[in-house]
Amino acid sequence: MSAEQQEPERRGWFQRLKSGLSRTSDKLAGGITALFTKRKLDTKTLQQLEDLLIASDLGVATAAKLTANLAHEKFDKEVTDEEVREAFAADIARILEPVARTLKIDGANRPHVVLVCGVNGSGKTTTIGKLAQQWKAEGKTVWLAAGDTFRAAAIEQLQVWGERAGVPVIARPQGSDPAALAFDSLSQAREAGADVLVIDTAGRLQNRAELMDELAKIVRVIKKQVPDAPHDCLLVLDGTVGQNAHNQVKVFRKMVNVSGLIVTKLDGSARGGVVVALAEDFALPVHAVGVGEQPDDLRPFEARAFARGLMGLE
Amino acid sequence: MFESLSDRLGEVFDRLKRRGALKEGDVAAAMREVRIALLEADVALDVVKGFIDKVTERAIGEEVTRSVTPGQQVIKIVHDNLIEMLGSDSAWIELNAVPPVPILMVGLQGGGKTTSTAKIAARLTNRDKKKVLMASLDVTRPAAREQLRVLGEQTGVATLPMAQGETALSIAKRAMAAGRLQGYDVVMLDTAGRVSIDQGLMDEVRQIRDAVNPAETLLVADAMTGQDAVTTARNFHDRIGLTGIVLTRMDGDARGGAALSMRAVTGVPIKAVGTGEKIDALEDFHPERVAGRILGMGDVVGLVEKAAETIEIEEAERLAAKMQKGQFDLDDMLSQLQQVAKMGGLGGLMGMLPGIGKLKKQMDGAGVDDKSIKRQAAIIQSMTKKERKNPKLLNASRKRRVAGGSGTTPQEINRLLKQHMEMGRMMKQMGKMGGMKGLGALLGGGMPPPREMPGGPGQNAQLPLPGSGGGFPGLPGLGRPGGFPRFPTKR
Ligand SMILES: Nc1nc2c(ncn2[C@@H]2O[C@H](COP(=O)(O)OP(=O)(O)OP(=O)(O)O)[C@@H](O)[C@H]2O)c(=O)[nH]1
Ligand SMILES: Nc1nc2c(ncn2[C@@H]2O[C@H](COP(=O)(O)OP(=O)(O)OP(=O)(O)O)[C@@H](O)[C@H]2O)c(=O)[nH]1
Ligand SMILES: [Mg+2]
Ligand SMILES: [Mg+2]
Repeated sequence: MSAEQQEPERRGWFQRLKSGLSRTSDKLAGGITALFTKRKLDTKTLQQLEDLLIASDLGVATAAKLTANLAHEKFDKEVTDEEVREAFAADIARILEPVARTLKIDGANRPHVVLVCGVNGSGKTTTIGKLAQQWKAEGKTVWLAAGDTFRAAAIEQLQVWGERAGVPVIARPQGSDPAALAFDSLSQAREAGADVLVIDTAGRLQNRAELMDELAKIVRVIKKQVPDAPHDCLLVLDGTVGQNAHNQVKVFRKMVNVSGLIVTKLDGSARGGVVVALAEDFALPVHAVGVGEQPDDLRPFEARAFARGLMGLE
Repeated sequence: MFESLSDRLGEVFDRLKRRGALKEGDVAAAMREVRIALLEADVALDVVKGFIDKVTERAIGEEVTRSVTPGQQVIKIVHDNLIEMLGSDSAWIELNAVPPVPILMVGLQGGGKTTSTAKIAARLTNRDKKKVLMASLDVTRPAAREQLRVLGEQTGVATLPMAQGETALSIAKRAMAAGRLQGYDVVMLDTAGRVSIDQGLMDEVRQIRDAVNPAETLLVADAMTGQDAVTTARNFHDRIGLTGIVLTRMDGDARGGAALSMRAVTGVPIKAVGTGEKIDALEDFHPERVAGRILGMGDVVGLVEKAAETIEIEEAERLAAKMQKGQFDLDDMLSQLQQVAKMGGLGGLMGMLPGIGKLKKQMDGAGVDDKSIKRQAAIIQSMTKKERKNPKLLNASRKRRVAGGSGTTPQEINRLLKQHMEMGRMMKQMGKMGGMKGLGALLGGGMPPPREMPGGPGQNAQLPLPGSGGGFPGLPGLGRPGGFPRFPTKR
């Protein structure tokens, strides 16, 4: 639950990610084990394997493709459960490798402006809190802008995160124009010579045209001051999301030129498998994953670990 | 990437038109498509399998009515069974208990518990005339209690005053005590988000349940949830016993298969649906709408309601009259474009329309999107009043001026003018034929009135295609567009 209770047990990040992921992949891995001890890879088995991938949100198309790859290599051969998992994990890792890239703050930008967007409740504000903490610990001066001027207590929520991380939060009363706030924050952060400015935004569903316009306006206004800002535009995806993630990425990318993804809530029972399909379709970097509600529960996205975790492999 | 089921089945059944009863082979072929459609809609795999088995059994041997194609017949069977599985639409909060009646809200992080707590409390207060107290047991998330307090202030619903250093359990007990002492009818307990595999947190909420003995324990879940919906719903149900589900973010464009998954594994009803961030964005659950959505047939009822809400009827009627007289000028076209934008843009509209697969591809191909609608509006807005009334005035130099003013090109202006001309011609013809009526007109023809939807959804699957004489207003490259002169419902 809370930081106080979990603090003593600080396992390595890989350990934590793995335990999170392996819990999420228990069923998948278990399913594969149940299918095989050692038997012939036939059509029926392939169908069952494809189903198991689908059950991890990889989606029908990606699951079919991965299964076809496996069939191509191993059809009619005797295979073990372990081999099948290894083969899938390797394939998935190959897909994810190119998108596993950490977020780089460019020191030449003062500040490096990071805009954070996404649908409601995906974990934007929390992720910003975690990033602030991380960058602060690296010795950077970080400023936050409370750009969610809509939701009740959204500003207070970011302020608490600011206090935790020990970084300033620029805010205006609820109901203020988020674009104006973003503009002001940028001037203040520039004046202060900050290294990073992270701008929070209100959650919005991608099919709400007027809200997407509002987001685009925030970007336009920022560009008036610093033409190449925002230097990063992060889309935060909820790890429990299903195929709607495709629409989210598509529309947000079109409206604000998303530069990378962060996937949250992978400490739960969801598998986040849609990331694999997203990597194929959009090739956007996946910078980090959220594995809890505490400040240090943000991990770099690691292709091999994620793929093996998904397949329940060590 | 998502083809609607009707598109898919169309392909399967194209080969086997004109047949008597549905044969096993046909049904099996159709069910492969149904399976994919359900999986793409995020229905959980196990649930899909059970569903397919049941529907296959029912479909084999079914007579195909003469008026429909086998594909439509199959869709109807699938649709009916989906509705049956999604359950009835009349469930609402059960208040049959000694007041104060405790209602416990649970779910994953960020699902919409706090917002839904306020929405339900407001409805209980305003509609059901209950005296409601809300209490936040969320001592985990920063400013969570403040969030509920603000929502209480906005809605005029009382919230339990905050105190420092309390546990969730002690707040729950304090809330019930306050409810008893101060004569509340209902006490709503909003809990912190928790993942269902965190034993400590699941124990905590179980203890709260044991302490307050809630009349309702509602799982608040996101309509965008993927395959995990079953795991989460099952875990919450097993550990604390649910009495209902609140499905949030149905205002999005997710197909919403999670609804079916959660309903199937828990057996509890979906008691309310969240359709927005505002407090009044709470609706009853309508299984037929969700079924249509899951099958990718679009929420036609929703579309009609939205159209009725956003489009001023008088304006639409004025346009219709002008169209019939052949006086449809560029100002009228602008007004149409603006109405499309008001309805949430093409994205919003398309999400609700059936058979969208093909049309969408065509539109993408033709480069039609919300941006092009905006550009068209900008072109007209850069014209003078006189030019709008009489487009013939637009000679080359005027066109260059308009292009400059709207940041477009003379070619784009020519396209728009051509389109306007075609619309005018269409309208005149239609006027002679007595005009288009109802939703059919909105969609450019071919759509029966919405109430017929659940009965024969397959029939509705075809949107007008280029040259068929219908289409959206103001879309270039889509043949001869119609328009929406008239709407079936007033609200
Ligand atoms: N378990 C878990 N919870 C998370 C994670 N990231 C965020 N959360 C929780 O998810 C909930 C929503 O997070 P927020 O950061 O408020 O999400 P948001 O996107 O800012 O939400 P809105 O601003 O309302 O759209 C909170 O309860 C967070 O504590 C994660 O990685 N794991
Ligand atoms: N579009 C839309 N947004 C919603 C709906 N319900 C809730 N939200 C938004 O979703 C976000 C999260 O809602 P909350 O009520 O804070 O969620 P929660 O479950 O209480 O979150 P935690 O307490 O952090 O677990 C907020 O931005 C809400 O405004 C809905 O039906 N539609
Ligand atoms: Mg937020
Ligand atoms: Mg909450």
